[in-house]
Amino acid sequence: MISIIDCGGANLQSVIYAIDGLKVNYKICKNKNDIKNSSAIILPGVGAAKNVMQNLCDQDLVDAIRDYSNPVLGICVGMQIFYEYSEEENTKCLGILPGKVKKFANSDLVIPHMGWNKVTFENEKYADCNGYYYFANSFYAEIDKNTLAKTKYGKEFCSFVNKDNFYGVQFHPEKSSTNGLTFLKNFFNNL
Amino acid sequence: MLTKRIIPCLDVKKGKVVKGVKFNNHRLIGDPIKLAKKYSNDQADELVFYDIYSSVESESVSINWVNEIAQNINIPFCVAGGIKDITKAKEVLNMGADKISINTPAIENPNLISELAKIFGSQCIVIGIDSFFDGKNFIVYSRTGSTKSRYCTGKKTLEWIQEVQDRGAGEIVLNCMNQDGVQNGYDLEQLFLSREVCKVPLIASGGAGKMEDFKNVFESCNVDGALAASVFHDNAMNITDLKNYLNDKKIEVRI
Repeated sequence: MISIIDCGGANLQSVIYAIDGLKVNYKICKNKNDIKNSSAIILPGVGAAKNVMQNLCDQDLVDAIRDYSNPVLGICVGMQIFYEYSEEENTKCLGILPGKVKKFANSDLVIPHMGWNKVTFENEKYADCNGYYYFANSFYAEIDKNTLAKTKYGKEFCSFVNKDNFYGVQFHPEKSSTNGLTFLKNFFNNL
Repeated sequence: MLTKRIIPCLDVKKGKVVKGVKFNNHRLIGDPIKLAKKYSNDQADELVFYDIYSSVESESVSINWVNEIAQNINIPFCVAGGIKDITKAKEVLNMGADKISINTPAIENPNLISELAKIFGSQCIVIGIDSFFDGKNFIVYSRTGSTKSRYCTGKKTLEWIQEVQDRGAGEIVLNCMNQDGVQNGYDLEQLFLSREVCKVPLIASGGAGKMEDFKNVFESCNVDGALAASVFHDNAMNITDLKNYLNDKKIEVRI
């Protein structure tokens, strides 16, 4: 059973519809016991890092997520909160991944980074996932040793990250048409 | 880098898709779910649903179709029309819409933009601007859903673009009223000038008739997306064909 955490983000419904299409069992997570009893969790985040962190604190889920040992998939802000810190409203995050999330600072760039951009996967398990995905973000994580896929906007940033059992995507697989579904299928098959 | 987006716009009236010329004489086009699926399969990058009934009437109508759209397509979509407060915005977003587009309520209460951006994030707050060239200036019009209600706000379009982005708008759809529905090409001059002040994504709207119109607006104005209705609804232009054409012209699109 997969648990989908309601982080207060507006994309919860879309993530549910995408998971529906994969024919995997899921439920909306209500408390930390739900987390402990699930085989994987999804953190769908839309909006601001501070709001998402506040929602997790209010639901008393912060430690349950940090201590969780099965796979976790964070989407968009759900990925960004894995890092130590976000420049968005100076938010302290979960600190599962090293480093901080920064704002796109190049003044020539149109911000938010919104629309379809190319994702290049470095891991051969995801070789058939290369292509365009939908993004909507003003903040990004830098490329480091945990990066599994890159995307270029001004410069390259990290669009898929993994450390231990934690996985994060900056794009929205639930809104990325057939590529998004292929990615999600691959993700769950590779677990 | 980001691809240029092709965005079909569907005007919805009481759950059915309609289309008018220069904002009037609406005629029936069809079922929103069926059209949404068709456009999504044809590689549309995003869809806009404009609830023209709710935007004009004060009566609140069911928007369950928003939920049905979210269940049936997996590309982003925006809902415009009739979103006047935070409660309504939340309802639409929770049904699975990715963005909400605000026009008249933003003009009547600019603070609404800042509040919505703070609660939901800039990335889902789109500001629609209906702009009319009066022979001298580009001027913002309001309540354009019907000829009877529409009025000139006196605001200059370029100044309004700057204000809404300062208040947290994450995208601007600039509808050039002189061109709307007449398929004579986008208003390149106005969009070029708007691009110079617009730092958030800018979507061109009004006037698309030929494939060349899309090429011209991307090349001359560097807009992020181009919105159109009539050409797609009439099957005069297929989105897949349009994207192949743009790709041949070295404009990066998702194909």
